[in-house]
Amino acid sequence: MVKRIFNQVWNWVDDRTGLLKMLGETARHLVPPDAKWWYVFGTATLCAFMMQVLTGIALAFAYIPSASEAWSTLRFINDTAPFGHFLRGLHYYGASAMILMVGVHMAQVFLAGAYKFPRELNWATGVLLLGFTLVMGFTGQLLRADQNAVWTVVVAAEQAGRVPFLGSWLAHFILGGNTVGGATFTRFFAIHVFVMPGFIFAFVGLHLWLVLRHGVSEPPQPGKPVNPATYRQEYQEMLHKTGRPFWPDAAWRDLVFCLAMIVVIALLAGLAGPPELGKLPDPSIVEASPRPDWYFMWYFAVLALLPHGTEQYLLVYGPLFVGLVLIALPFLFNRGERSPRRRPWAVATVFIVVVAIATLWRAGVKSPWSPNFAAQPLSAAIVGATNGPVLVGAQVFQTKGCLNCHQVGGDGGQRGPDLTAVADRLTPNLMILRIANGGVNMPAYAANLTPAQMDALIAFLQTRKSSPP
Amino acid sequence: MKEPNPEPAAPGCPVTPAELSRRQFLARLSLAAGGTGALIVAVPVAGFILAPFFERTKEVWRSVGKVENFKIGDTTAVQYEDASPLPWAGVTARSAAWLRRVNADTFIAFSINCTHLGCPVRWLADASLFMCPCHGGVYYADGTVAAGPPPLPLPRYPVRVKDGQVQIQTSPVPITS
Repeated sequence: MVKRIFNQVWNWVDDRTGLLKMLGETARHLVPPDAKWWYVFGTATLCAFMMQVLTGIALAFAYIPSASEAWSTLRFINDTAPFGHFLRGLHYYGASAMILMVGVHMAQVFLAGAYKFPRELNWATGVLLLGFTLVMGFTGQLLRADQNAVWTVVVAAEQAGRVPFLGSWLAHFILGGNTVGGATFTRFFAIHVFVMPGFIFAFVGLHLWLVLRHGVSEPPQPGKPVNPATYRQEYQEMLHKTGRPFWPDAAWRDLVFCLAMIVVIALLAGLAGPPELGKLPDPSIVEASPRPDWYFMWYFAVLALLPHGTEQYLLVYGPLFVGLVLIALPFLFNRGERSPRRRPWAVATVFIVVVAIATLWRAGVKSPWSPNFAAQPLSAAIVGATNGPVLVGAQVFQTKGCLNCHQVGGDGGQRGPDLTAVADRLTPNLMILRIANGGVNMPAYAANLTPAQMDALIAFLQTRKSSPP
Repeated sequence: MKEPNPEPAAPGCPVTPAELSRRQFLARLSLAAGGTGALIVAVPVAGFILAPFFERTKEVWRSVGKVENFKIGDTTAVQYEDASPLPWAGVTARSAAWLRRVNADTFIAFSINCTHLGCPVRWLADASLFMCPCHGGVYYADGTVAAGPPPLPLPRYPVRVKDGQVQIQTSPVPITS
């Protein structure tokens, strides 16, 4: 009885909308039989995106995108609102998952050569979606509206400022004026909440349409190169012979993986919690140590490590070049072997990129190039003298900022070499030479130290030996 | 579902040249109407969004303290309000500069923004150096680059003494181009 009514309603809706059967057929489109766990990452990215939409909508119920109120509404969301803390966590780890999954999806598609004929535009739309995802990550960090957000906007504006001719206009556009102010956050809110999600929805639609149009690529086999003249026919024959319906034969893996991902996100949100809100977004507080969220930490390191003088060009042309290479990739290599076993350069590329990003990320977390403003004063045990030139030299070492960039006895900065045992390798004359003249990453102290201070400093540094004399 | 199909005629439906040109006209009319409508909406939307491209705020002088509050030789951070902050700007309306009193009536105001990527530099008084917390830029007391990636010296802001008050002219965040 219930079933009969349900069927009647179902048939009526299908008759009037014409959608249900079509959706059913789409869901049951044939996919290659051995498309298994390697194929879940695209759906996982989409799943993370849907989660971002939902949690984002919820956050928008309380968030006020105004420079004067954003921070306090976030305090309310974080500290008072039911589920608020958890929801912020979901949105943050969801963003992290989306960026991670988009990267893994891309690497998998690249390694499997799935971007080759006829799926060039699947790849190209995917590259655009990667770009939109990164913009979402970046603008999302800004909407946290704390001190870090202010400096992130400034750093972004400075990078845009390096664009030839248009630079200062672009920077002005990003800041929403001459300085960070009332206009800045509302603009990024609109971009984060309307513009970019709109683009993502549209291009996800196109991306999925292309997946349906060209079919899910079959797992690559060594010795079976893509030949555009015959590929489509062979693919269709294979599908008709051995294809399985996507729903549910393949879809269950996608959904199980998405569930696992959501569980991990929820655990992180509940246990580790969302990132702390920093100080108020006051651009006049000079005590700041701006750092990006983890997914841009590697780029933060790139910015610090670019050879001096090259950033004028690399800041703009570097990302442009990477973007163009990614878009052009399937058009340059749209045929031939797909299997990673026959494409050592593809494997090497992914390996190098992953190792490079991981290394840069680690460097960014440690930021050894940043002066250590919190270095503890040298202890008496480390100084090793209670009077005389060695003690005076140790004081000079601290007050003149040496300790901000050099370590002695385990404390201090990491910008310059560790000076714990500097007397082992440098004579007093060489020390004076370096201190007075400086270097690429060290100020010249010639005009900054009196002869007496220099003598005391050298006396102190001469006692820095690996084994006590 | 019937799609309008102006170009190839359906079988059994011969098209006369008059009909064809009528369809051509209607197709062009539709495109022109749609395009014009879209343009009418697009102009204000684009103009509104791109407005900061063209806006130039008038800079003003802001007092940051009495002359005698600053010791000769000292460099201190001073805060002041932007030229024309929006009512909802809150604390983001504030800006800062490093102000040094050189002698009885000469002041220098340095931007706090590193010329590398804009992070706020800190003045280390004993070391007589500005240090940037982001990528390790260091400047000498006169603002010239001492170490690290900054391509240019620290910019200076216009500063004057008027009626016993030190005044700094509000300035855009300096953008290295």
